[in-house]
Amino acid sequence: MNVIPIRSSSEIRFTLNGRAVAVDVRPEALLLDVLRDRLQLKGAKRSCDMQVCGACTVLVDGAPVSACTFLAVEVEGRDVLTVEGLGTADDLHPLQAAFMDHAAVQCGFCTAGMLMTATALLAEEPAPTAERVVESLRGNLCRCTGYRKIVEAILACARPAR
Amino acid sequence: MLRPFALYRPATVAEAAEVVTRDGPEAALYAGGTELLLVLKAGLLRVRSLVDLKRIPGLDAIARDDGHVSIGATATHRAVERAPAVLAGCPLVAGVARHVANIRVRATGTVGGNLAFADPHSDLATLFLAFDAAVRLESPRGGRELPLAEFVLGPYETARGDDEILVAVRLRPWPAGAAGAYVKFGVHERPTLGVAAALMPDAGGQAIADARLAVGCVGPRPQRLAAAEARLRGWSVADVARHADEIAALAARDVDPADDLHGSAEYKREMTRVFVRRILPIAAARAAGRDTHERHPHTVIV
Repeated sequence: MNVIPIRSSSEIRFTLNGRAVAVDVRPEALLLDVLRDRLQLKGAKRSCDMQVCGACTVLVDGAPVSACTFLAVEVEGRDVLTVEGLGTADDLHPLQAAFMDHAAVQCGFCTAGMLMTATALLAEEPAPTAERVVESLRGNLCRCTGYRKIVEAILACARPAR
Repeated sequence: MLRPFALYRPATVAEAAEVVTRDGPEAALYAGGTELLLVLKAGLLRVRSLVDLKRIPGLDAIARDDGHVSIGATATHRAVERAPAVLAGCPLVAGVARHVANIRVRATGTVGGNLAFADPHSDLATLFLAFDAAVRLESPRGGRELPLAEFVLGPYETARGDDEILVAVRLRPWPAGAAGAYVKFGVHERPTLGVAAALMPDAGGQAIADARLAVGCVGPRPQRLAAAEARLRGWSVADVARHADEIAALAARDVDPADDLHGSAEYKREMTRVFVRRILPIAAARAAGRDTHERHPHTVIV
């Protein structure tokens, strides 16, 4: 047998919100637990725990993933962005400002995931239609059902279509 | 929380096969984890070894292969959506890839993982039946190719042996002039019903020389509807919409629905009738160079 497995805790290094981090993780550790419990980043939420609700959405190399169902060892050498890396209270990301301006937040539980999905969408499609925004949010549930405001806030950050 | 396991990261299919041959059912092949990690978290499956196929170079290749489109096992849905070979050979497959589950699943979920997991409420197997798909399996005993219809045996059950690895699926593009559609319906995360249809006109472009009709999610495994396909042959494209009721009745007769949380078997039989009746005029319009631009509640039309 040539392949040596990872059986115990090993160090992974990755970029988290623009800063280099190193953390020891077991092979079965989930990214969400590492972010919340080890690195104290509580923005991504555990909710459905089955890749349906989107509350745990973070970006790995720009692509949205469900941190609840993603092995932490997978981010070795990669770039992870959480809502904490989007902006600060003094220097909001345009999407965060737009969510506030449009009252796109009710209870707030889904908000971090909504923001991360919207960030990924706008990076790829700077001028999406309303239909595309709705389509991209298919996997992000807001149980306050405030979708209309959320879509409006995202569209407010879209570049005008040419 | 996940129970502890040893994570293997083989560099070749042969190395991966070595681990699964040794550990048998105590090993799980990990190609994206969008389904596997869920059942591991739920404790429905316990494994000693997780064998990561994603790092095997070339296993995610998507290419034209002897007239077919070959999709490597670890190609993600996002990769399928954008692959030139898919867009050129089977554009409907690229279109459906854009609507699988949600954006996060599409970024990590893979074609091979999807087929090997054989969740009955899934789009790909149904769609791929309309492209006469065959899967390529490799093991230390050698390789074999199996029609997808013989690979998927039932819910979460396939013909894959414990020591075998699904390495690719091959699709046969439709002939020039053919047109088709994929329609799915459901209010849950996973579809309640998926139906794929293709009409393949003869050289003159008028009479239907061949047809494909596949339905999935409603029963234990997706199925082609041979009698309905046969009935379509010989009609003109213009006649399809007019005969849609008759084809839909054949589909509803031959489908093998099952009760589950998505609804009763009786309900799914009726939905099969409804959606076959809907998809045929869509395919016919496309074969005539038009589109119906119709919309229905809780329905995705690709």
